[in-house]
Amino acid sequence: MQSDEGAVPGRLYVRHSLAVRVMHWVNVVAVVVLVMSGLQIFNAHPALYWGKSSYTGAGPIWAPGAFPGWITLPDVQWLAMGRRWHFFFAWVLVVNGIAYIAYAIASRHFKRDLWPARQEWRTIPRSVVDHLHLRHPAGAEAARYNVLQKIAYVAIVFGVFPLLVLMGLGMSPSLDTLVPGWVDFFGGRQSVRTLHFAAGAIVVAFAAVHVFEVAITGAWNNLRSMVTGRYRIPPERAP
Amino acid sequence: MSAARRRFLARIAALAGGAVLAGCDRLSRTDWFPPILESAEALTRRVQRLVTPRDALAREYTVADLSPKFRSNGTAEPEDDDYLALAEKGFAEWFLEVGGLVERPLRLSLADLRAMPSRTQITRHDCVEGWSAIGQWTGVPLAAVLAEARVRPQARYVVFRCADPMEGTEESKYYESIDMVDAYHPQTILAYALNGAPLPVANGAPLRLRVERQLGYKMAKYLMSIELVESFAAIGGGRGGYWEDRGYEWYAGI
Repeated sequence: MQSDEGAVPGRLYVRHSLAVRVMHWVNVVAVVVLVMSGLQIFNAHPALYWGKSSYTGAGPIWAPGAFPGWITLPDVQWLAMGRRWHFFFAWVLVVNGIAYIAYAIASRHFKRDLWPARQEWRTIPRSVVDHLHLRHPAGAEAARYNVLQKIAYVAIVFGVFPLLVLMGLGMSPSLDTLVPGWVDFFGGRQSVRTLHFAAGAIVVAFAAVHVFEVAITGAWNNLRSMVTGRYRIPPERAP
Repeated sequence: MSAARRRFLARIAALAGGAVLAGCDRLSRTDWFPPILESAEALTRRVQRLVTPRDALAREYTVADLSPKFRSNGTAEPEDDDYLALAEKGFAEWFLEVGGLVERPLRLSLADLRAMPSRTQITRHDCVEGWSAIGQWTGVPLAAVLAEARVRPQARYVVFRCADPMEGTEESKYYESIDMVDAYHPQTILAYALNGAPLPVANGAPLRLRVERQLGYKMAKYLMSIELVESFAAIGGGRGGYWEDRGYEWYAGI
């Protein structure tokens, strides 16, 4: 978000910088491709294990069977092509993600808009209740992200995505050699595969809640702000 | 904005989403798009090679970590009369040919290989499908065989030819290739034993390759010959291996 100044109800202001908008949509494309091609890769051996190997005598911890073709990329069983999509867009995600984190810190976007201020932490319980009642800030308050929104964005950008990428790299038999035993620190190669899948599931859950919140807090206004940058402050609720 | 216009835009968005996904599937089947996706492989290889020391070792485990039964994947018994005849006689008449860009072509029996320096390692085998198994391998470091054969400086790749036809024909026999970085890696061995016993047929008897920093399909089983080459463009489908010719990465470091 660019500035709070002039955040009066009804007025359009520039909420998202061009850099954030571009990186947001690049990320959307990368995540969609990565989730769908990831499920294609999962389908080649649709079972998850905990430990160093799959064959310890213990059996899988979860074996749901293959995901349906409409949710995988490609739509038919085609591991080689799924891997091509996955590893190309993994680079897109990583380069875009590093650019975003660098931008967020250098431009103070992180400090100004994302990290909750000291007094905000105390408002978490109230914000939880508000969210459950689908009550959303209006007026000047709507010009900033709310505390739960901030926590969700910070956790997903600085926690879940880095873990997701690290666990993906942990499946590489080559990068495994980088620091002896680092993959075993996370439970072993098959544990890392399970954690990669779990982190991917968290990203999907985040995206579902994110799209839901976007839809119920003024879908068009939100969408416009992420395309053109311009956001209209919702009017104050009647007292 | 009116509700009707909003509904219209939502429908357009849904249609566009569906079209994009259908488009992705169509792109996979074009001639021009997959090479763009494949460009990531060279980047991955360069970056992985840059950050990992040349001789960094894959993790070695203990006997306690061994998989109870090492999984056999791909060919479990080659459907090839010549191979079956060799197996019948306990591979007493089997030889590994080493040729191509070498000063001294070799013809090594199983006894010759067993008499050479050996290395035993308990390592994890990661299949491209996603599963892993841990086994104890004993074999000759490939570097020792290459030293014996005296590799010519032009050689850039080692090609491994196997006994198992994948689709019943001579042309469909499995093959693989690795570059000299992996060829001289200390854990790259020609294994003749698994878990302390002669290599079973299901796991590639009498000899298979271990390249511990890459995925399972690089580790060719049922080895018949090794050829040092400058380029593998004229071999098979020209992409350096049976699965590579079918779209898998030549560099299988992830």
